[in-house]
Amino acid sequence: MEILDYAFMQRALLAAVLVGVTAPAVGVYLVQRRQALMGDGIGHVAMTGVGLGFLLSWSPVWMAAVVSVLGAVFMELVRWYARTRGDIALAMLFYGGMAGGVMFINLAPGGSTSNLSSFLFGSLSTVSPSDVTAICVLAAFVVLVTVGLRRQLFAVSQDEEFARVTGLPVRFLNLLTAVTAAVTVSVAMRVVGLLLVSALMVVPVAAAQQLTRSFAATFAVAVAIGVSVAVGGTVTSYYQDVPPGATIVLLTIGAFILLTALAAPLARRRARALAAARPGPDPAECSIPASRPADGKVGA
Amino acid sequence: MTTEPVITLRGVRAELGSRPVLRGIDLTVHRGEVVALLGANGSGKSTAVRTVIGQVPFTAGEIELFGAERRRFRDWARVGYVPQRTTAAGGVPATVTEVVSSGRLARTRFGLFRKGDRAAVRRSLELVGMADRAKDSVDALSGGQHQRVLIARALASEPDLLIMDEPMAGVDLASQEVLAETLRTQVGQGATVLLVLHELGPLEPLIDRAVVLRDGCVLHDGPPPKAVGQHALPGHDHVHPHAPADAGPIRTGLLS
Repeated sequence: MEILDYAFMQRALLAAVLVGVTAPAVGVYLVQRRQALMGDGIGHVAMTGVGLGFLLSWSPVWMAAVVSVLGAVFMELVRWYARTRGDIALAMLFYGGMAGGVMFINLAPGGSTSNLSSFLFGSLSTVSPSDVTAICVLAAFVVLVTVGLRRQLFAVSQDEEFARVTGLPVRFLNLLTAVTAAVTVSVAMRVVGLLLVSALMVVPVAAAQQLTRSFAATFAVAVAIGVSVAVGGTVTSYYQDVPPGATIVLLTIGAFILLTALAAPLARRRARALAAARPGPDPAECSIPASRPADGKVGA
Repeated sequence: MTTEPVITLRGVRAELGSRPVLRGIDLTVHRGEVVALLGANGSGKSTAVRTVIGQVPFTAGEIELFGAERRRFRDWARVGYVPQRTTAAGGVPATVTEVVSSGRLARTRFGLFRKGDRAAVRRSLELVGMADRAKDSVDALSGGQHQRVLIARALASEPDLLIMDEPMAGVDLASQEVLAETLRTQVGQGATVLLVLHELGPLEPLIDRAVVLRDGCVLHDGPPPKAVGQHALPGHDHVHPHAPADAGPIRTGLLS
């Protein structure tokens, strides 16, 4: 494998694996809370962090992490206090974040908007050793939260009102989810890019759902898909000289389409297995009480 | 029956978006009592329950749970809550067991499940007759089964107090029977119950006391009102004349 001979590719692949794990791990909670586009918003805010990093000559990854965490905390506060006018505040935050990024990077000595492009769409050759350190530390935090607190985060994302009555610190957990999503954006920024990061949070989860019935399985399958497409996209990008972020996202969407096509026959097989396992009269013609529809959904 | 109060509301006022919904509610539920909170839509019965659990802030008055001021109350494992339906389906599939396990979190430390916790989850599923669906996705359940899962979730922490918001709304007859039986068992074991109900229905024999709200005030607090006249006939189907069947669609003039 000559691809592993290059130090920059080793770094890029390590970063890709970490992105593949963390993005769907956070994304599954965002999808469960129906905040699938939150990652996209944070990505916009993180641009200000990148611009500030250039302006102050600090690590863009760490600066993006700091600014996007602040942005995520602000978004959570807006959600508490301004439910009705919240969307306007969020829109201003997103576009302010994007404009801030462009402004700061142009103010930086020798900086221009073209510097932003590798952060917006991802780039393999620019993952520096210090970036890898930052990505490893941040990814460890994300995994610790999303796996260690899975039951608590599941309860809060599933039913906030009920979670409060079980005595869970609902506000703290909401804030933690937002902060973890923000940290994930900074982890994924170098490989997938800020504008495409949200896709890797949401699409693997949507793809996994086509096959799964439980939250735990959805989590596991989504992470497996995330790692496969992140590594696959990185390798493809190296051999074919195409941008990694776009390759990864297109592969993810491909996985979604493939699994959706597989889902229907799989659900039929499962229904048959279920009918065989359950003794008693099996209504061959009119199977309303025993079976569920092919898409497994009953509006409730 | 002791008279130790489990829930106490004194002069509780609450607003939703600056509109007063509760205008000074007094309500006491004693240990072992089954109290129904009745009233028309918009009378404030759901809001009253939601102030008790801390979901809606109250602007005046006092609320106590098990003798402790609500804001200081920490022993949430003693409270089982069944919200109004529609909240248990998230954007990601989840199994019946996973949903019910959330109810056990109050009894665990840092969310670590031991053998006893898994057993408690299984037991509460058996109580509502859903043990055979434990591994099914909640999306695949009917409305009544869904409600049974939410009640199992509330029972998973083995609570002393059950608070239920319209547990019978949109529930098929078979599930209504199961729910009434489950509730009877809990009451028999000494549980205290506060129920929000639209009408007494099949739970009527269980209810010790009814509190009727109107426009955010307590209108009646005493024995459950007996159905009178036509309403008392067996098999009476209670239909409200909210929307006359012959009324045409509302025309706003915007489109037509």
